[in-house]
Amino acid sequence: MSTATEHPTYNYKVVKYFAIMTVVWGIVGMSLGVLIASQLVWPELNFEIPYLTFSRLRPLHTNAVIFAFGGCALFATSYYVVQRTCQARLISDSLAMFTFWGWQAIIVAAAITLPLGLTSSKEYAELEWPIDIAITIVWICYAIVFFGTIAKRSQKHIYVANWFYGAFIITIAVLHIFNSLAVPVSAFKSYSIYAGAIDAMVQWWYGHNAVGFFLTAGFLGIMYYFVPKQAGRPVYSYRLSIVHFWALISIYVWAGAHHLHYSALPDWAQSAGMIMSLILLAPSWGGMINGMMTLSGAWHKLRTDPILRFLVVSLSFYGMSTFEGPMMAIKTVNALSHNTDWTVGHVHSGALGWVAMVSIGALYNLLPVVLGRKQGEMYSTKLINVHFWLATIGTVLYIVAMWVNGIMQGLMWRAVNADGTLTYSFVEALEASYPGYFVRALGGAIFLSGMLVMAYNTYKTVRGANAEQQAKLAQA
Amino acid sequence: MDINDVRGLGTIFALIAFLGIIAWAYSSSRKSRFEDDADMIFKDEQIAQRTADAEREKND
Repeated sequence: MSTATEHPTYNYKVVKYFAIMTVVWGIVGMSLGVLIASQLVWPELNFEIPYLTFSRLRPLHTNAVIFAFGGCALFATSYYVVQRTCQARLISDSLAMFTFWGWQAIIVAAAITLPLGLTSSKEYAELEWPIDIAITIVWICYAIVFFGTIAKRSQKHIYVANWFYGAFIITIAVLHIFNSLAVPVSAFKSYSIYAGAIDAMVQWWYGHNAVGFFLTAGFLGIMYYFVPKQAGRPVYSYRLSIVHFWALISIYVWAGAHHLHYSALPDWAQSAGMIMSLILLAPSWGGMINGMMTLSGAWHKLRTDPILRFLVVSLSFYGMSTFEGPMMAIKTVNALSHNTDWTVGHVHSGALGWVAMVSIGALYNLLPVVLGRKQGEMYSTKLINVHFWLATIGTVLYIVAMWVNGIMQGLMWRAVNADGTLTYSFVEALEASYPGYFVRALGGAIFLSGMLVMAYNTYKTVRGANAEQQAKLAQA
Repeated sequence: MDINDVRGLGTIFALIAFLGIIAWAYSSSRKSRFEDDADMIFKDEQIAQRTADAEREKND
């Protein structure tokens, strides 16, 4: 045996690259979000340039925040967690680096093609077929690196966070491949092989599980490693985490039909989707409680540790949005909420409150480590606290504005006069939504400003870590 | 026996599997094992330290 396996070290380089790009893409994706939110208040902000219209920038925003920001956070944390819990180095440094450059190239390709209007028009799967193939190749390499590292682990047990990451990697591969099946007619144009209601069902089987496995299972992997690590105590119940894992992954895949209530989808399929969505509350809350209770007996740490605050508040938003989701999946509630801003608010309480905040907390924990410092030792803890409050206030403003707008729109759209005619025209409901649109843009801008604080803090931490290493070398 | 019987059996199988997972996870004989597993994340400081040292040497 070589000394490399007897005295292993971790590959922090690829983790560091992905972690820094998480911050960069977070700023890019959220800036796009603030721009298109502002366009809804001030439509002139598209400057009459086709590349800057809402219809083209909206998919760019969703792709940038989900796959660029969220994706880089998942790559960074999964490569970090799988090494540290398996006590083994990544199976291949070069393949891991290939996934980094491959993923960045795909993001750049998305940033070029979407403003040009090249789209398959499938929500959250807009990228055209050549990019879809590139995603598949990078994803398979990701699976090889991740599962290869698990295969060479020095520990007998596979820690629960890796189970969640593993389920996320496998399921996203299956979802992406089957939803993207298409017949290409030219280099940048293809047609889905599915048609009609089947196309809709496949799309939302994909779409909902992009939420369930990309934005939930993967980030639960983050939760199960970084919450206990930052709190300095093991997870509340490891046994619950096992039940949580199997329950969550077996139920999530059946809930997608709730996106198609009152559509051409057969009624029984809609009802099945609603029931599975309601059942989903149990594993979601089981996991949320497991994360929260990890702090029992250590709640005082929240007073001094803003990183832990990020992680715990992210779990509160997770609990809130996983209660809201099943409720909105009930057909009678959905009759009010469907196609309104309530849906947009629900997505963002999950995306900003849960996904972004748990990622930010995890990054503040691991960034100093991969830069050669102790966990959580960023340049400034005060700035982490500033970021925490900007993120929390921004998220709350955003979702409250969308609740108000959504319920108002739903009520205005369904209001009828005694003679059966509609009380309000669509434009009247739109006009009434303007104050909410402004508050939403403001909340988004506040959240984005927090990311800029994080970027500054990260920059100073990287520089400080470099200077420390130089100083140590000078002494030696 | 038609396709719907198979579907019904599938549901029963899922229920039994779920109960089996709970019984397995919560059996008292595995209590200490899972407590050790939960502690895994605190047991690799040696490798983490070695990695930090190696990174420093590389920058020489």
